[in-house]
Amino acid sequence: MSDFESLELWGVGRRFGGVDALSGLNLTIRSGEFVALLGPSGCGKSTALNCLAGLLPLTHGEIRLDGRRIDTLPPERRGFGMVFQSYALFPHLSVEKNVAFGLQMQGLPRAEIDSRVREAIALVKLGEHAKKLPGQLSGGQQQRVAIARAVVLEPSLVLMDEPLSNLDAKLRLDMRTEIRRLHQSLGLTTIYVTHDQEEALSLADRLVVMREGRVQQVGTPDQLYESPVSWYVADFMGYRNILPATVVSVSGGEAVVELPGTADGGVRLTGRAVGAMGAGDRVRVAIRPEDFAVASTAGGGSTGGAGSITGAVSVVEYHGREHAVGVQTGDTMLHARTTTAPDVGGAVTLTAPVERVLVFPESLDAVVPQEVAA
Amino acid sequence: MRGGRQRATASLRHRLAERGVDPALLLLVPGLVVALALFVYPFSYGIGLTIQPTAAMQEQWGGGIFANYVAFFSDPFVFDSVGITMRLALPAALFNVLASVPVAMVLRHRFRGKRLLTSLLVLPITLGTVLTAQGLLIFAGRQGWINRTLLASGLIEEPLRLVNNYLGVMFSLVITGFPFAFLLISSYLSGIDPSLEQAAKTLGAGWWQRFRRIVLPLLAPGLATTFVLTFVLAFSVFPSARLVGDAMGETRVMSLMAFRAFGEQNDYAMASTIALMMGAVELIVVVAVLGLRSLLYRGTTGGKG
Repeated sequence: MSDFESLELWGVGRRFGGVDALSGLNLTIRSGEFVALLGPSGCGKSTALNCLAGLLPLTHGEIRLDGRRIDTLPPERRGFGMVFQSYALFPHLSVEKNVAFGLQMQGLPRAEIDSRVREAIALVKLGEHAKKLPGQLSGGQQQRVAIARAVVLEPSLVLMDEPLSNLDAKLRLDMRTEIRRLHQSLGLTTIYVTHDQEEALSLADRLVVMREGRVQQVGTPDQLYESPVSWYVADFMGYRNILPATVVSVSGGEAVVELPGTADGGVRLTGRAVGAMGAGDRVRVAIRPEDFAVASTAGGGSTGGAGSITGAVSVVEYHGREHAVGVQTGDTMLHARTTTAPDVGGAVTLTAPVERVLVFPESLDAVVPQEVAA
Repeated sequence: MRGGRQRATASLRHRLAERGVDPALLLLVPGLVVALALFVYPFSYGIGLTIQPTAAMQEQWGGGIFANYVAFFSDPFVFDSVGITMRLALPAALFNVLASVPVAMVLRHRFRGKRLLTSLLVLPITLGTVLTAQGLLIFAGRQGWINRTLLASGLIEEPLRLVNNYLGVMFSLVITGFPFAFLLISSYLSGIDPSLEQAAKTLGAGWWQRFRRIVLPLLAPGLATTFVLTFVLAFSVFPSARLVGDAMGETRVMSLMAFRAFGEQNDYAMASTIALMMGAVELIVVVAVLGLRSLLYRGTTGGKG
């Protein structure tokens, strides 16, 4: 349905009163792709989306659609569909009329409008609510109207600004599946802004992780999940344990680091070095909770490998098949997962295989955003 | 008792509070006293006065105790003032509302000097009608700055008649009514979620379509309310009709007629009748406009309300 080859962003930037909300965004989006912009609030992802939609003028760079410059066009002439966080449904118009609005703006004949509106409403399964006003619908239904209103125009690009953030957890899962289904059945090129890594990983073909208006990493979900380029990206990719440490030695891509403030003052870990570092450098160590093996410290003897951390179990949460365990060591809390619940207060030893422990330089500014060909 | 309703065990005090009867109701007392003393009593007294016409009125117009009403509808000198007042108040209210809309739309956006411009637009609210009238006489009178400038520049040969007529009162109604309408409409506009217009933009609507299809329908109830309020303000025009108008001619408004009956003819009964009819005319217009308003969409406008 998307009627273009590629959308290119060249050095796109936006300043607000001397502050860069977005700078140097380079991105090529191919037809039919689902791209997620991921980052915490204030990282520039919504700014990027509004710049694409034309709701915010650029201060730097260009946007080109198949080589044709479009950043100078007003939003009403770009032909992009947008789904807003607040849905932005017209409260005085019925579901039908909301969906028909864009088609009416194109001056299409009535019969065509009617049939396409009916199709779009059926697509989001709202047939029986067609005559209702948005205020009479639930949040999830309103969100579906917003999506129908955007896709009925068969836009070359659909922009979604945190569309699920106002929904409760269960509905969010359902709508996520719905959005993926719509994307796959309609083949719409989609740019999706979110701060939820799970949403981004499950929906997108490609992810763009942003920080302070700049891109940290671009890649497919598994590239980002398996090899984050910085601890900032790792933090988004489920590395819940991010510990400050100092490098003791580096050899052959492996770094030995020392964690400060841990119980006996000198816990050493070995991990995979990501990026350049030397002995004495300040680094961050990233470990996923599920990569920790938890053993109760009965004998006290640690079992070599990547090194181990001892601590006291302070929190145990029941998560169905497994337990989330909080282990207090020194003044840091480590997160781990176990199948059997350890005793609260008991001493445990945490170990992780070398290849699952990532060591990153502490500074994020040196990170070069790498575009990985998809 | 079997099957009977279980007796409530809550205290009487608690049950009364459930129905909204609690000590907080005492807060209403001062307001009620003032309303009774300053509004309900004088108003009822005034209505009573209207059915106690003077002997002269009864003799001239007949109708027994309703002689004042007969006089109001039969005496063209009095009755024509209804049309005269409407001819001023309706266009003035309409102009104030319609002129406020584009100004308020523009002032939604952020730009340099916005605060100054808003202050200038609202400033006339602080001026009394008498001060406005005085200013108009000096500025737009026969010997005023406008006429002297135009005469000196040779654009006109005779001074323009801008005051002491219909036009003068109209100017005064706009000067005092516009800021009021502007403030109200600005607040109604700020209640419309700006993302609605952004959504309309991404759906391909140009500025006129966005205004016509989105902003106007959501603003319409607010426009109706603003119209009603500015209309009531303009309808009771008195000082400017006297000071910058033509008090015995084309700006012989109802309030002037009531004042004439009261102050010059000492006929309190007739003055009350005219005042009451003034209220009746205003009420008809207000009910008509609010009736139309109830046909419009009146739900949420998505914004901060």
